[in-house]
Amino acid sequence: MDLKESIAIHVNGDLRHVTVGSSIAGMLAELGLDPRKVAVERNLEIVPRGTFDDVRVAEGDRLEIVHFVGGG
Amino acid sequence: MTAQQDIKADTWTVAGRTFSSRLIVGTGKYKSLEENAAAVEASGAEIVTVAVRRVNISDPNQPMLTDFIDPKKIAYLPNTAGCFTAEDAIRTLRLAREAGGWNLVKLEVLGEAKTLYPDMRETLRATEVLVKEGFEPMVYCVDDPIAAKQLEEAGAVAIMPLGAPIGSGLGIQNRVTIRLIVEGAGVPVLVDAGVGTASDAAQAMELGCDGVLMNTAIAEAKDPVLMARAMKAAVEAGRLAYLAGRMQKRRYADPSSPLAGLI
Repeated sequence: MDLKESIAIHVNGDLRHVTVGSSIAGMLAELGLDPRKVAVERNLEIVPRGTFDDVRVAEGDRLEIVHFVGGG
Repeated sequence: MTAQQDIKADTWTVAGRTFSSRLIVGTGKYKSLEENAAAVEASGAEIVTVAVRRVNISDPNQPMLTDFIDPKKIAYLPNTAGCFTAEDAIRTLRLAREAGGWNLVKLEVLGEAKTLYPDMRETLRATEVLVKEGFEPMVYCVDDPIAAKQLEEAGAVAIMPLGAPIGSGLGIQNRVTIRLIVEGAGVPVLVDAGVGTASDAAQAMELGCDGVLMNTAIAEAKDPVLMARAMKAAVEAGRLAYLAGRMQKRRYADPSSPLAGLI
């Protein structure tokens, strides 16, 4: 990825670079994640799964990508 | 009706969903996802608790819980384990609802790491917010009949008092308050936390609880699958004993064989 065409975002606390104009769906694909198995929070707001294709990530966004793990 | 049919017909309902198993099991602390799935199967549980955590971005191909325990067959009950404020718990459950689409959730807001004792002020506050947002929270709480009433008034769909601290396996420490909570509640009551072995689970059911939730007692047993089977039997035995109505206790002996006709 050419850094000039990328933006910096925080994903689960880590700084990452994604292509300018990436949608949430595009970012999940870049990360190799199945959108059906995760939930995404962007700047403390839930991103509904139905809008993954439409919502674009912006410079400095703080994203949390979570899923279910074993727990009591 | 035979006893077998009686057991089958003995269902319980939480927030409009009806279940026949009264045992809810956690999915933490297992050696492997395979062992976890086998224990859930052996327990007969229809509900499992799950946690919501960050995806491991550096290794997205790690095996996932959903690959081993099918959420279409076993209801996932997302929890808020590890949350120490109402805000954190609410945020976690909003994500859980988005991930799974479920309104039925387990709320726990912890007060301190040492005892993992619930913070009831935060728990009550979180319950109120969650209910307003359309959640149906089953709420982990102290074994206090007044706190239980307040949670029910706030809209908790089930009251889940601790038997003893989470992961301690100490068994039910206060049978009197568990009994009082059961007697006063208009929603299901489940002992959540503290069960160590089968007799603890049976005791919870004998006190009239609608169910028992446990994780460590099964996961940390030497043979978790066998213990899961033991817990299934214990919950059923305790439930049947409660329905049967136990005999009164006496201070002294009372012979079981007739005194008449002695040679």
